[in-house]
Amino acid sequence: MRQVLVLAEGTTGTRRATCALLTVARRLGAPAVVLGGPADPAGTALLGRFGAKTIYPMPAPGPGGQSAAARVEMLVELARRTSPAAILIASGRDGLEIAGRVGVRLDSGVLSDVVDVLDGPVAVQSVRGGSYLVRSRVVRGVPVLAVRTEHITVVPDPATPAVRQVRVAFPAGVYAVRTVRPRTGRTSASPELSTAAVVVTGGRGVGSRAAFDLVNRLAEALGGAAGGSHTATELGWCPRKALVDQVGTIVHPSLYLALGVSGSQRHCAGMRGAATIVAIDSDPAAPIFRLSDLGVVGDVHQVVPELLAEIERRRAQPVISTRTVTEA
Amino acid sequence: MRVVVLVKQVPSEDVGLSFAPDLTVDRGGLPGVLSAGDRIAVDQGLRLAVRVRDVQITAVTMGPLSAREALRTALLLGADNAVHILDEALHGSDALATSLVLAAAAARLEFDLVLCGSASADSGMSAVPAMVAERLAVPGLHFADELLVRERKVEIHRDDGHGDLRVLVADLPAVVSITERCGEPRYPRYVSRVDAREKLISTWSLGTLSIDPAQVGRRGAACVVDAVTPHRPARPRALVEGDPTSTAVRLADFLAEREFL
Repeated sequence: MRQVLVLAEGTTGTRRATCALLTVARRLGAPAVVLGGPADPAGTALLGRFGAKTIYPMPAPGPGGQSAAARVEMLVELARRTSPAAILIASGRDGLEIAGRVGVRLDSGVLSDVVDVLDGPVAVQSVRGGSYLVRSRVVRGVPVLAVRTEHITVVPDPATPAVRQVRVAFPAGVYAVRTVRPRTGRTSASPELSTAAVVVTGGRGVGSRAAFDLVNRLAEALGGAAGGSHTATELGWCPRKALVDQVGTIVHPSLYLALGVSGSQRHCAGMRGAATIVAIDSDPAAPIFRLSDLGVVGDVHQVVPELLAEIERRRAQPVISTRTVTEA
Repeated sequence: MRVVVLVKQVPSEDVGLSFAPDLTVDRGGLPGVLSAGDRIAVDQGLRLAVRVRDVQITAVTMGPLSAREALRTALLLGADNAVHILDEALHGSDALATSLVLAAAAARLEFDLVLCGSASADSGMSAVPAMVAERLAVPGLHFADELLVRERKVEIHRDDGHGDLRVLVADLPAVVSITERCGEPRYPRYVSRVDAREKLISTWSLGTLSIDPAQVGRRGAACVVDAVTPHRPARPRALVEGDPTSTAVRLADFLAEREFL
């Protein structure tokens, strides 16, 4: 059976995205995980549970797993040696960059926005915001698939992985992009609203200035910025500069959480570009639910404290993250 | 500093979109606009002017005759001149072929910085900026949420999509793709709107770039489309109801699934 190269997310690969990639990789051949760092026993055990047959750790005196260029070199080298059936990469910001560069280096077709992989490999892509499903194949080189792993249901299938050290000669170009320490004060407790990766906003449903503390606390728990709708800023529940709408700040976060926001036209114009939208509101007919990826019908004052407690519980017991993986 | 901004025309709205018999997107007759990310890229190019000397901005696009409108918008926003790569053979190019053509154009123009928007408004092309950087053999900084350019180096801020923030630095020349988080473009001044009519748009063919037509278009595609099926839109999705505790757990599961926890 031919190998399928799976690029691990993070340095150890113990994230849900990697397990999802392994689940689809098993349909195409024997999954081999390429790590961005050294192999550790816990990570190896988890990857084995999801069917990894081989694990290639990053060579020890390498440029480190955070560097996309190093992972590109690893994948290209391994692809040339093993001629795999496909290369699977989780479609994040790093993932798309790596997929594109590997595609050029190997002169192989790259398919992005893949939501499912069938034997062949045939990729099912979601295009135009999910309004069309496209079935595509790669006809030249090793297929490079950037998979949106949140669409994959994770299924375990235990195997015993063999850890294989590889030698990769990293060219000087690998060090061209350097990570520097952010200047102090830039990544303080609350990031700036317009560039924040996570934004939590409150609207009329929050009810009072005192209750608006819930919005701030949830933003803090998720490492994001707090904002408010038109109503919330008008009533003085939050500062005017935290206004998220057409005339305030237009945000494009990775995650947008709307608490008690009905979703007026002007508000939606300011947050439509968010990658993932979650809304909590008591009115099931609220227009915000038409935009949201997950809508919760409930009272903000009851759901948010429970959510904060749940987040704290999960943070205190990181084991649970693996448990949710098996349940999913 | 010579700045090349790669721009792209996208349909202005999703309604009424169809697929041609060869399964490429049929854009005939639909109004097209400069993609949101590219508007911001042009604007970021302009903002360099206060930090570095002699900024010259060239907007480059590849596409049918109607794509010229995207270049006009870029000129209106403040680009100095524009290049339109127009060739019959380009129809149906995939991401690899697109990057080949764009990289050849950037190399011919000579550049210190290549800027482009991160394609989120259209499908299938999100890896193109990384491919262009790889082909030009220069450092690539992608998905910049904040951009800072100096005489000799470029610095970006970005998160990995799950809230993990990093600051990356590379020497020029470099390729940078930016996200919409860099800030809304400023409204063009009246003077620049008038000036835009006088600016030059050059038209290049594949011959100008010495690219073999067999490498691009449908003939040179490394990927083929087998079928296209309409699908119900991804949104709206699930509505969760019930007692606060169970809905909170469901919410936390959702956030963990997408790796925000």
